[in-house]
Amino acid sequence: MKRLIYELGESWKIAAAQMRASKTRSILTALGVIIGIVAVTLMGTAINGIQTGFDKSMSVLGDDVLYVTQWPWKRVDDWWNYRDRKKIKTEYAETINRMIEKAPNSNLVVAVPTSSLMRSIKYGGNEVENVFTLGTTSDFIITSTVDCKEGRFFNEIESRGAANVVVIGYDVADALFPSESPINKSVLINGQLFKVIGVNTRQGTFLGLFSWDSMVAMPLTAFNKYFSTKSESDVRVKLKDKTKLADAKDELTGLMRRVRGLPPEKKDDFTINEQQAFKSTLDPVKNTIAFAGLFITGLSLFVGAIGIMNITFVSVKERTKEIGTRKALGARRRTILLQFLIESTALCLVGGFIGLSFAFLMCSGLGKAFPDFPIHFSVGLVLMSMIVSVMTGLISGFAPAWTASRLDPVTALRYE
Amino acid sequence: MQTLDSIRPPGSIVIDIENLTKDYVMGEEIVRALRGVSLQIRRNEYLAIMGPSGSGKSTLMNMLGCLDTPTSGRYEFNGKHVAKMNDDELAAIRNREIGFVFQTFNLLPRSDSLRNVELPLIYAGLDPETREERATQALRDVGLGDRLHHKPNELSGGQRQRVAIARALVNQPSIILADEPTGNLDSKTGAEIMSILETLYEHGHTIILVTHESDIARHARRTVHLRDGLIESDEFVQPGEVPSLAYT
Repeated sequence: MKRLIYELGESWKIAAAQMRASKTRSILTALGVIIGIVAVTLMGTAINGIQTGFDKSMSVLGDDVLYVTQWPWKRVDDWWNYRDRKKIKTEYAETINRMIEKAPNSNLVVAVPTSSLMRSIKYGGNEVENVFTLGTTSDFIITSTVDCKEGRFFNEIESRGAANVVVIGYDVADALFPSESPINKSVLINGQLFKVIGVNTRQGTFLGLFSWDSMVAMPLTAFNKYFSTKSESDVRVKLKDKTKLADAKDELTGLMRRVRGLPPEKKDDFTINEQQAFKSTLDPVKNTIAFAGLFITGLSLFVGAIGIMNITFVSVKERTKEIGTRKALGARRRTILLQFLIESTALCLVGGFIGLSFAFLMCSGLGKAFPDFPIHFSVGLVLMSMIVSVMTGLISGFAPAWTASRLDPVTALRYE
Repeated sequence: MQTLDSIRPPGSIVIDIENLTKDYVMGEEIVRALRGVSLQIRRNEYLAIMGPSGSGKSTLMNMLGCLDTPTSGRYEFNGKHVAKMNDDELAAIRNREIGFVFQTFNLLPRSDSLRNVELPLIYAGLDPETREERATQALRDVGLGDRLHHKPNELSGGQRQRVAIARALVNQPSIILADEPTGNLDSKTGAEIMSILETLYEHGHTIILVTHESDIARHARRTVHLRDGLIESDEFVQPGEVPSLAYT
């Protein structure tokens, strides 16, 4: 073992000397690996970014909230079975809340009704069209992961009293109030004045997925008063313990069947969704993108590896006589094998390191250009690309190094 | 003719070869390079192996140098059977027991003298301080104490061969195996190298010289002639005496 460490150390010195001696060739060879590592690292960063973006958008839904809806959150082939279902009514929330109160060991905390429409918002000369406008109760804040940057969410009194108050998303606030605080200003929605009492913390949008940044929320009572027509309603229910999701789902299904008065032989005429269901429909898409991306960029690294293999073969050929001399002086097979393996690995490591530096610079550049895209240059990624570099070196160097270690000393010494 | 014993007291046997053969397969033909060679070499002998090309001279040198294994026969090196050793065991024998001096010097072009001479010590697994110390000493011994950090292309032919001799000596081997050591040198430089070998012999080293030049072979105290894979003659001679006129 000590002997192996000794040989490894000496091989590193030889490899370093070799690279110094043939700089141009080493750089050109390493270039293949540099490009490969840049490609793979950038792709890895992008995939990470997509993952983070999805997760962030998902987190809006909350992993401890169940959604009672007419349509399931996945593609259905038998849409006609869902089309004629009765709409979900906001009143169900109250009924469910009463049931939860009566049940002693309920896994559910509170049910919150939501109705939504797309509406335009105006303030002074500014207007934002097609804003996701949500009507809900003050309990909404319990089920939501979003905080207020300024001001507050509406309270129970405002909620029950149909007050004309509104909490607005970051982007909406930014568009309507570019240079002043929106708090206590009145905005015009559908010809009605609403007082802004809160602004949500910025969440960021990603690939056009849903974000709180472009929505407004108001008391459901007020919502129903002004835009009751054609709104979509859901009921969301917060869980006590998110590890008992399945139990909670069963419980809620039971409650909903009672609300709807369904006899046992009838199927559910509603769907209970959770974040996970939504995720599982997106995951295959995400994984396909990741796989295809890594595969394609991996090809460029493969080309780099072939370059390393080629140059190591040339190096072995050129230095046949040197190998013969080394063997005559007592180098063992393993010593020669290690020497060439480490030479190719050192090339790949240098390439990997340079590639990583480039990728890092490019990532910070991209991060500045597109602040919304969540780019993360993680330690894991750095480690991964270094491991990939070493593996590339070992794999591409193995065949030439093996050839070198098997050379017959007599033949090698005679080689001119 | 005198026997070696009358010139010097007999040393212990270093190399003991009996009925060694080596066949090469060249295409469909089998070349019998050695057809049964027996030879004993004692410590502190100065022996020249001579013979025309095709005589098996190089093959015998490769066997003696443990670079190759025989097809049949017995080969004991310091009492160890090397004929059946594997590659790595042979490498260890070459590293510790044999100092090679080649016609083309075979120095590593990108390494300086010191690093070249250190090479056998690296393969012996010595620590860097000891290596440098011993390599420096070996270079001083051949008169290159002021050329430690010169690369081969900054040295003359004679200096290069002296670096090679220092490299051969540095691990204190049992034998020095010199293959046409003056073949790439002019006669004056060649004479310098031969005088270094002479000095080494006088200091108790065992030297095996492989050459086809009788002028060079004349420096040795014993001459072995090969022809067609067999020993044709094996004679002890006084220095300066022409051992045989047969091939001059």
